[in-house]
Amino acid sequence: MSIVRALKCRECGSEYEIAPVHVCEFCFGPLEVVYDYDALGEGFTRELIESRPQNMWRYKELLPIEGEPTVGAEVGFTPLVRAKNLEKVLGVKELYIKNDAVCYPTLSFKDRVVSVALSKAVEFGFTTVACASTGNLAGSVAANATAAGLKSYVFIPHDLEVGKVVGAGVYDTSIVAIEGQYDDVNRLCSEIAGKYPWAFVNVNVRPFYAEGSKSYAYEIMEQLGWKAPKHVVVPMASGSLCTKVDKAIKEFVKLGLVEDAGTAIYGAQATGCSPIARSVKEGTDLIHPVKADTIAKSLAIGNPADGYYANRVMKESGGWSEDVSDQEIVDAIKLLAQTEGIFAETAGGVTLGVAKKLIEQGRIPRDESIVICVTGNGLKTLEAVQDQINPVRTIKPSLKAFDPLAEADLAANK
Amino acid sequence: MTIQVRIPTPLRRLTDGADEVSIEAENVGALIDNLEAAHAGMKDRLCDDKGDIRRFVNVYVNDEDVRFLKGKSTILKEGDEVSIVPAIAGGAL
Ligand SMILES: Cc1ncc(COP(=O)(O)O)c(C=O)c1O
Ligand SMILES: [Zn+2]
Repeated sequence: MSIVRALKCRECGSEYEIAPVHVCEFCFGPLEVVYDYDALGEGFTRELIESRPQNMWRYKELLPIEGEPTVGAEVGFTPLVRAKNLEKVLGVKELYIKNDAVCYPTLSFKDRVVSVALSKAVEFGFTTVACASTGNLAGSVAANATAAGLKSYVFIPHDLEVGKVVGAGVYDTSIVAIEGQYDDVNRLCSEIAGKYPWAFVNVNVRPFYAEGSKSYAYEIMEQLGWKAPKHVVVPMASGSLCTKVDKAIKEFVKLGLVEDAGTAIYGAQATGCSPIARSVKEGTDLIHPVKADTIAKSLAIGNPADGYYANRVMKESGGWSEDVSDQEIVDAIKLLAQTEGIFAETAGGVTLGVAKKLIEQGRIPRDESIVICVTGNGLKTLEAVQDQINPVRTIKPSLKAFDPLAEADLAANK
Repeated sequence: MTIQVRIPTPLRRLTDGADEVSIEAENVGALIDNLEAAHAGMKDRLCDDKGDIRRFVNVYVNDEDVRFLKGKSTILKEGDEVSIVPAIAGGAL
């Protein structure tokens, strides 16, 4: 049963019928999917959700498709890891990693938004899908489109990591690299979307796409034993995930699935591309577009579409925002790998780096529950750490060659 | 002073299809009022109930967003070019 009511302008409140549109005709504000929660009645319970298969579609009533998903039916339900080792290092009592580095099928949380966007695109009757991407989205659109028998075009900045490019191209998509930054890619894609009859997941079907991110937070709450965390640290590119984590928590509270924990939401950016973090720290709601310069390419959006709303979520929830340098990103990637055995991409380094900073600043208290959002996989951004690993010692295939090495390690107390 | 104002596609219905119009004004606020006088309905589209420029309407003076100048008080001088650009390009563009 679908309880989707309409598309609603976040600015002037005008409502539109469900269609592949994303901008208010009257005031140019962004459209958002709104629901008739009362229509859910009494039946949408913890027990019902728990009885369903372990994927993001166990919350399908709160996702904007009709009927069953046709794309990405297996996506989601990634581990929520209690990070005991990291707790000790950071000096905090209760810390979790929500690990979408292992999201199926393309190892980032983008599979969540893409499965909704493409299922919706199929409903609308599109046969070609496309996206403007900082890397992860391209791979996810390409993979999920191929599996669903859809044609795809993915548009990326020309200077992405090899893992992101190969991780999209292998699915036989049409990759187009743009000479420019993500913001140039995005602008071009708006024009292409106006001309070609394609479902651009983050342009004309963006209202539906964005809703997919809510499943990440629904899972956190279910996996915490039907509790909302006190503090969540979220990476921000456009700021969409940040706003949808907030929306998901509010929905679960409203539906009585969890108690209101007064969750504070913190947004993380790289210093080299931190327009949203800067606005929060400067106490303004104006987002000054920037030219991005950071190794966290997946987060390198200089003119973030949902920046204003992310800023508001952080302020209203009692959260905050910070940013970290490239070196801090690399250090945090290594810290997470070497404490919890989780290899995150640069965005994960940003998120953990910012969490650490906020804990040290006293903005996040040490004795309350904290969830760190790891949203992408380190194997796709090897460039960031390839010169930073322990030296590889190459030896002959004999014990005689290995023994001195083991003895040296023993002597060095390794 | 006469200012050239570039009009985006979704607002051209109000300018009889013109993509550029000439408006007399000494600052951005006056420019919006005079646009309204010449092309009724324009102000509602550009400004909210309080008269502030809507969040997803960008007004540029010579390629600089007026939010980062002096907003509606931004002074205009002869030869300035003003563009009105929706912040998010719509599918209808
Ligand atoms: C790994 C990863 N994390 C987080 C984000 C942030 O996404 P949003 O645009 O929703 O802020 C992205 C976006 O590309 C991403 O690739
Ligand atoms: Zn509107």
